[in-house]
Amino acid sequence: MLRLAPTLLIALLVLPVGAGLLMVLLPAFGYLPALGGNTVSMAPWQSLFAQPGLGRSIAVSFASGLLSTLMALVVVVLFLAASRGTWLDRGIRRLVSPLLAIPHAAVAFGLAFLIAPSGLLARFLSPGLTGWERPPDWLIVNDAIGLTLMAGLVLKEVPFLLLMCLAALPQLQPDQRVMLSRSLGYAPSIAWLKSVFPALYPLIRLPVYAVIAYATSVVDMAMILGPTLPPTLSVSILSWFNDPDLNRRFMASAGAVLQLGVTLAALLTWWLGEQCVKRVSQGWLVNGARSTGSVAIAMGGRLLLATTTLLAISAIGGLVIFSVAGFWRFPDALPGTFTLDHWQRLLPSLATPLLNTLSVGLAATLIAAALVVAVLENEVRQRLPASRSQWLLYLPLIIPQAAFLFGLVVAAESINVRPQRTLVVAAHLLFVAPYLYLSLSEAYRRLDPRWLQVAHSLGASPWRAFWQVRLPLLLAPLLTACAVSLAVSIGQYLPTLLLGGGRVPTITTEAVAMASGGNRRLIAVLALLQALLPFIGFSLALLIPRLAWAKRRQMRGVA
Amino acid sequence: MTLNPTLHIQQVQITLNGERLLAIDRTIAPGEVLTVMGPSGSGKSTLLAYLAGFISPAFKAQGQIFLADTRLDTLPAEKRRLGLLFQDPLLFPHLSVGGNLHFGIPQHTANKQPKVAQALHQVGLAGYEERDPATLSGGQQARVALMRLLLSQPHAVLLDEPFSKLDMALRQEMRSLVFRQLRDAGLPALLVTHDHADADAAGGPIIELG
Repeated sequence: MLRLAPTLLIALLVLPVGAGLLMVLLPAFGYLPALGGNTVSMAPWQSLFAQPGLGRSIAVSFASGLLSTLMALVVVVLFLAASRGTWLDRGIRRLVSPLLAIPHAAVAFGLAFLIAPSGLLARFLSPGLTGWERPPDWLIVNDAIGLTLMAGLVLKEVPFLLLMCLAALPQLQPDQRVMLSRSLGYAPSIAWLKSVFPALYPLIRLPVYAVIAYATSVVDMAMILGPTLPPTLSVSILSWFNDPDLNRRFMASAGAVLQLGVTLAALLTWWLGEQCVKRVSQGWLVNGARSTGSVAIAMGGRLLLATTTLLAISAIGGLVIFSVAGFWRFPDALPGTFTLDHWQRLLPSLATPLLNTLSVGLAATLIAAALVVAVLENEVRQRLPASRSQWLLYLPLIIPQAAFLFGLVVAAESINVRPQRTLVVAAHLLFVAPYLYLSLSEAYRRLDPRWLQVAHSLGASPWRAFWQVRLPLLLAPLLTACAVSLAVSIGQYLPTLLLGGGRVPTITTEAVAMASGGNRRLIAVLALLQALLPFIGFSLALLIPRLAWAKRRQMRGVA
Repeated sequence: MTLNPTLHIQQVQITLNGERLLAIDRTIAPGEVLTVMGPSGSGKSTLLAYLAGFISPAFKAQGQIFLADTRLDTLPAEKRRLGLLFQDPLLFPHLSVGGNLHFGIPQHTANKQPKVAQALHQVGLAGYEERDPATLSGGQQARVALMRLLLSQPHAVLLDEPFSKLDMALRQEMRSLVFRQLRDAGLPALLVTHDHADADAAGGPIIELG
C-alpha cells in the first residue's frame, strides 16, 4: 500500500493539471462537441485577438508578475545580507511570518483602503500636509499600469520568499561562511552576498518560479487592485468564461492558452535574467572588493523589509478600523463614532460561507496530510533519496491556475460531473498538497534515524514505531504544515469559484464578490474574517504541542 | 540465565562499490563481549548497522548471522531481538522515564509495573517513573537507556561506543555497570569502540579492523 503512495500523489496532482490543459487546448482551436464545436478552427484566436486592449492586458500580467517577484526577491536578499541576528532583525523576522498566513484578498483590500485617495494614509496627511478637504480625484487603486497590483503582490511575496530562504539556509551553514569571509576582511553584508547567496539561490529557485507563475496569473488580487479597462489577462478570461454567451467559452479557452504562454514567457525571461546575472556576477564575486556598498545594503535591507512589514500590518490595522467605523468625515484620521453594526449585520449571513470554508479546508488538509505523510514514510522506509520526480509535485504551482482550471471544469462536465463541493476539495488538494509537502519534508527527513532504530531494536514493528515514535516527535512540524495547508485552502479564490460553480460560497469568494460593490465597512469585516481563520489555525499549531508536551522539556527543542 | 543462545557471525563480508570494507567470522558465547576496534572509517559502525538490520542499501553484504539456530540476517530489524546501545541514551523525549521503559517491554508481559519499578531500583533511580527524561543527568539517562534495553529481553546486545560521550568518572562507573548487567543476564554482546579502556573493561576477545 505504502509503496503506491508516491504514484498516487503524483497522479492526483498531475492528471487534473494535464486534463485541464487538454480541455483548454481543444476548445481553443474550436473543438468542443458539447458546445457544438466539431471542427478545428482558428476562430477562437481571431476573436481573442480582436478584443480591445488585449495587448495591454498581456503587458500588465507579464510585467506585474516579473517586477513584483524581482522586487520581493531584492527586499528579501538585501534583508538577509544585512541581518546579523540582532534583536531588531529577529523582531522584523517574527513580524513577517504571520503575514504569510493572511490570504491575498485580505492583503489586497487592506492595501486598497490604506492608499486609496480617501484611504487611511490620505486621511493621516490631510489636511495638514496636503491641504485636501476632500479626497483628490486620483486613480491610485486599479491604476492603469498595475502599480498598486504590484505593490500588493510584493507584500504577499516577501514573507513567502523570506520563509523559503530561512528554511533552506541552515543546510548551507551560513554563519560559518560569513565568518570565514569576514576573517578574510569582507564586510558582513558583502560576505553574505558573495559566499552564501550564490549557494542559496539554487535552493529557492523553484519557489521563485512558483511566485512568478502565481503573480502573472493571479485573479483575486487583480480584481481588487488591478486595472479595470482592460483588466489583467486572467481576470478577462474569467469574465469570458462566465459569459452567458457560451460561444465565448471558446475564446476564453484560447485566452487560457495565451495565459500559459504569458507565464512561460515570464519564466523564460526570468531564466535568461538568471543567466545574465550569473555571467556578470562572476567577476564581481572574485574581484576582491570587500566593503563597497556594504553600508547601503545594511541600511537598505532592513529599511525595505521593515517598510514592507509595516505596510502590511497597517493594511490589516486599517481593515480593523474600517470594520468598526461609524460616521467618518473625510480628512478625519479616525472615525467619529465606532460601531459593531457591520459585524452584526454580516455575521448571520456568513454561517454557510464559514462552514464551507472550514469543511473544504479541513477535508483537503486531512487528505493531503495523509498522502504526504505516506509518501514521506515510504521514502524513509525504502531509504530512497529525495526522488527526482519530486518536481512534479510542484506542477500545480508552476502552471498558472487560470490556464488549466477552466479546462478542468470542462473535463469534469464532459464526464457528467457538475461543479460541486467534492470537486472544490479536489481542486484545493492540487494547491494544498504541494505546500504541505514543501513544509513537512525537511523535518521528516531530518529526524534522527536512530530514534526509529532504537524503537525497532526494542521490538517495535514499523507501524508501532511510526505511531508511537515518529508521529509524536514530528507533531509540531506536522501541525504547522497542516496550518499552512489550511491557510492555502482558505485563500483559494479561482478554484472555489470555478469547481463549485458558484454554489459553494466561502469567505474568500464572498469577499472578492463584494469588491466591486464598494461598501468598505462590510468588505473590511469579510477580509478580517478571511485573515482571522488561518491565524487561528497557526495559533492552534503552536499551542497544541505546547500543551501536549508541557511536561517534556526536550520536546520544545526537537522541532 | 544460562539458556541464552550463542551469536554466530558467519563469514560476513561487507563491500562498498565493489571494494571490500571488512570481513569477519566469529562466534560470541552467552555472557561474552566481543570488542571490535578500529579507526573511524574502518567500517565498524557499518558492521553494527548490518547486524542490527539498518545497513544502507549502498553497502553489499554477504554471509549469515545466526542466533542459535535462528537465521537473523533475513529478518527485519524489529524481529531480530538485538538490543542496541548508542553513544547517546536516546530516551524518547515525548515519553516519561517510565514510559520509555514500558516501550521496551514485550506487549504480553505480566506485571509490567513492578518490573519497571524493579529496573529503576536496580540502577538507583527508584521512584523516577513520572520524571521527564530531559530533567535527568547524563549518567542517569544512560542508566535508564540500559534498563530499557534489558527490559526488552533481547537475545544479544550491540554496543556502539556507548561510553564515549560520558565524562571520565562516569565512564568507569557505567562500564562496570553495563558489563556486569550483560554478564548477569548472560547475553552475547558485540562492542564497537576506539577506546582501549573499553576493551579492557569488557574483558573479552578483541578484533582490530582497518
